[in-house]
Amino acid sequence: MYSNKVLDHGTPAKPGQATVAVSIDGQTVRVAPGTSVMRAAVDAGVKIPKLCATDSLDAFGSCRLCVVEVEGRRGFPASCTTPCEPGMKVTTQSPKLADLRRGVMELYISDHPLDCLTCPANGNCELQDMAGVVGLREVRYGYDGDNHLQATKDASNPYFSFDPSKCIVCSRCVRACEEIQGTFALTVEGRGFGSKIAPGPTDFLNSECVSCGACVQACPTATLMEKSVADQGQPDHAVVTTCAYCGVGCSFRAEMKGAEVVRMVPHKDGKANHGHSCVKGRFAWGYATHPDRVKKPMIRAKITDPWREVTWEQAFAHAASEIRRIQQQHGRDSVGGITSSRCTNEETYLVQKLVRAAFGTNNVDTCARVCHSPTGYGLKQTLGESAGTQDFDSVDQTDCAIVMGANPTDGHPVFASRMKRRLRGSATQAGAGLIVIDPRRIDLVRTPHVEADFHLQLKPGANVAVLNALAHVVVTEGLAREDYVRARCELPEYEKWKAFISLPRNSPEALEADTGVPAAQIRGAARLFAEAPNGAIYYGLGVTEHSQGSTTVMAIANLAMVTGNIGRPGVGVNPLRGQNNVQGSCDMGSFPHELPGYRHVSDAATRALFEAAWGTRIEPEPGLRIPNMFDAAIDGSFKALYVQGEDIAQSDPDTQHVQKALESLECLIVQDIFLNETAKYAHVFLPGSSFLEKDGTFTNAERRISRVRKVMPPLAGMADWEATCGFAEALGYPMRYSHPSQVMDEIARLTPTFTGVSYDKLEKLGSIQWPCNDAAPEGTPYMHATQFVRGKGRFFLTEYVATPERTTRKFPLILTTGRILSQYNVGAQTRRTQNGVWHEADVLEIHPHDAEVRGIRDGEPVALQSRKGETTLRAVVTERMQPGVVYTTFHHPESGVNVVTTDNSDWATNCPEYKVTAVQVVAHARKSEWQRDYEQFSETQEGMVPKTAMRGEAPR
Amino acid sequence: MNAQKLVTMANAIAAFWAVEPVRAAAVEGVALHLRRFWEPRMRREILAALDAGGAHGMHELVVAALTERRAELAPPPAPAK
Repeated sequence: MYSNKVLDHGTPAKPGQATVAVSIDGQTVRVAPGTSVMRAAVDAGVKIPKLCATDSLDAFGSCRLCVVEVEGRRGFPASCTTPCEPGMKVTTQSPKLADLRRGVMELYISDHPLDCLTCPANGNCELQDMAGVVGLREVRYGYDGDNHLQATKDASNPYFSFDPSKCIVCSRCVRACEEIQGTFALTVEGRGFGSKIAPGPTDFLNSECVSCGACVQACPTATLMEKSVADQGQPDHAVVTTCAYCGVGCSFRAEMKGAEVVRMVPHKDGKANHGHSCVKGRFAWGYATHPDRVKKPMIRAKITDPWREVTWEQAFAHAASEIRRIQQQHGRDSVGGITSSRCTNEETYLVQKLVRAAFGTNNVDTCARVCHSPTGYGLKQTLGESAGTQDFDSVDQTDCAIVMGANPTDGHPVFASRMKRRLRGSATQAGAGLIVIDPRRIDLVRTPHVEADFHLQLKPGANVAVLNALAHVVVTEGLAREDYVRARCELPEYEKWKAFISLPRNSPEALEADTGVPAAQIRGAARLFAEAPNGAIYYGLGVTEHSQGSTTVMAIANLAMVTGNIGRPGVGVNPLRGQNNVQGSCDMGSFPHELPGYRHVSDAATRALFEAAWGTRIEPEPGLRIPNMFDAAIDGSFKALYVQGEDIAQSDPDTQHVQKALESLECLIVQDIFLNETAKYAHVFLPGSSFLEKDGTFTNAERRISRVRKVMPPLAGMADWEATCGFAEALGYPMRYSHPSQVMDEIARLTPTFTGVSYDKLEKLGSIQWPCNDAAPEGTPYMHATQFVRGKGRFFLTEYVATPERTTRKFPLILTTGRILSQYNVGAQTRRTQNGVWHEADVLEIHPHDAEVRGIRDGEPVALQSRKGETTLRAVVTERMQPGVVYTTFHHPESGVNVVTTDNSDWATNCPEYKVTAVQVVAHARKSEWQRDYEQFSETQEGMVPKTAMRGEAPR
Repeated sequence: MNAQKLVTMANAIAAFWAVEPVRAAAVEGVALHLRRFWEPRMRREILAALDAGGAHGMHELVVAALTERRAELAPPPAPAK
């Protein structure tokens, strides 16, 4: 259950002003209309006993423990299901109420094991607390009657156990699974005394359960219990921090004993997640103390040499001397750096500062290059700011959602649950419309109580064609919001776009051969979206990771503008960011052409500002982007790279090209918590710190800046920001800060959208959505309210240009790649947790027809071949795929999925086209040559790390 | 850097701007993109490819941008070591 140290109001808050006055035990309290008596009592400082109620769930009224007396009413109503009415007089304690409650508790306890002293929930159990509160002293029925005490415990889930002998069938778990998570995996089987909670006709591990943990924190007993609590005992203190996984940026309570994490529980006051979580953030944090952590700095002259442990100072000195040597020989611009979306804002800011100021070059880029760089470009061009327009709460007011190239139930599960709740609707509000645009039948297309109105199952690569066809219908059928456009957008550009989009070649019918989507479906979807009062577009990497990624983002902005769907709650353009701090790393000036706050390096005034603050010259020319760095390395003009928290050898496309580039470097400096794939090519290794080991901030997909708080000391002795400062010092450019808050103060001084941000304000407000400045002192939940950041919104002509990647007889299928729920990105974190039970290897999803004609059977190994390379995976035959399209993930390095992907990229940003690769798939049992070479190389490299560096001991 | 790859990248920029009905605006779009997003050695090398007769295979908007806007696209001398 949730910590009993956190106040539980019993039922959810109701919106509105506190206009209803009621008396609770003679004390008057004012509450919003619809507020329960139970919640009003809590507001008055009175805790009414309860078991089936908790403030994350709608009232249920089954346990009868929360009965009260209401003056003028007969009987004893349940306070959780009784709404306050003006003038109501409530009594919460009387001899009769005490009798009733003791009677209820007697019944519960007569069928409950009395093992409190050895129970893992001891000290944090609502049933135990209520027994004490009602003064239970005896159980008149005895303990020998029929009971459930011998019910079998289900320990199949790696992170929590289900012990039905302790269950009181309050249904909190079932309701949490339905109302909060929206998976509907749990049910109450049987009736009366035979009632029992069940995850369907199987155990938890094999059920529909997604291990979000909502049921575990809802459970008022030890029935659903974290195994870590059972193992370690109850935590004794908690620190609120921010999850280090996806771009939802959930707020968590790290519940601790000493410097040891006992459990991570979603923070009820977290404004991104409102007390919900997914399997990764909730349970998959064990990687932070995994034995694979490297805890000592190491250096070596060549990648064929064993690593040598050194002190931090020796590592900094060696790295700095190598950078200076290389710059002496090959020029200042022969070096560069890569910041990480897994590190804090302060850390990415410092890395780009080091590169620009200490290296003296703009050759700095970030992993957003390979995911959302087209979002930055496309939204800056059209709307004027490189960020999503809304907060997550906005979805509550959406009437129709487009989900394009995103798989929120896997990639952004906590937001997906929120969205599903809106799609399901409620007793008072119909569910929102849903249009899914995706080559795969993602779960959102049809999931319990949610079904997409339209699934536009397009061919990979046809995003722009589909968006143009949708906009064509809007314009030619008179559905455009001309009044909005005329007031808010550049009219000459709009007129030009309108003429373009109205051309017959952009009609759904004309584009049908390109999109693969029946024109009638596109017309229906366009009408549904345009006619909805509030239409919102959510998208992911299925939009950006294409040769036309930036064009697609601009086409999305065009569609939002022409339907009047930007500038208020319920609408907007909402990029679902992949990693926890993608937004932040971009904000912090990680792109080679932009200083913090998305200001171009060619802008003399901006440069002057930073030059004055940093005391150094800043180059006015843009630097190399990551793919350009690889090309320049192979070409011989780029010789050294500092990579913080990013695994380019696994995550970037065309692996063999990347490997060649890394092998070409004279000095590769890798800062990471593990010896990742990139580190196997490195000459300097700086041990990184996990999110639990440092202070800082992350900025999520809704521009929300949240605190990351240190809960344990850095295992290697230094937080990442301290290591970057140490490196800068060795380069002769001191960057001295005593705490990351000082870095944020510097960012705020230099960045107009962050002027009002400080750690003090974050403490006060909990989190802040930028822009936060004099115009918006508490931040900005939704942008472009009265005008666009760029002034007038600009429509761009978005001609559909087919990808250069073409299928042929030799490569007749299209491969598209993505991610799954239990694993994260390159898997460096999740592979070192028990999440492997759900996904121990990357697999290739293939349609039954494509499998049959190739003689491929489910579960058998297949060779995946492209023009770039070959790898071997196991096949999963599924109708989730459309014929002609196959799919896989890139969570495991030995899969070598990016050996197959190409170096095609977005025209504007060089974001790789991961989503379209022409391939052939053949039944084949043998590992590919690349995989065999990889295994040998990897084993050799791992053997070169001294064991003392892993244990954090002094070298012998 | 691989000149052919640079040409392919530049051609992709031109393919986006090719739909622009006002040719000068399309050339401006290509030139501005190269100026704002391409690191100097990339601009230097694609100009060198053009000078070496590499216009063959270049989108005509790329050729126009490189020739008509050469003064602003030509990078400054390589920075001191």
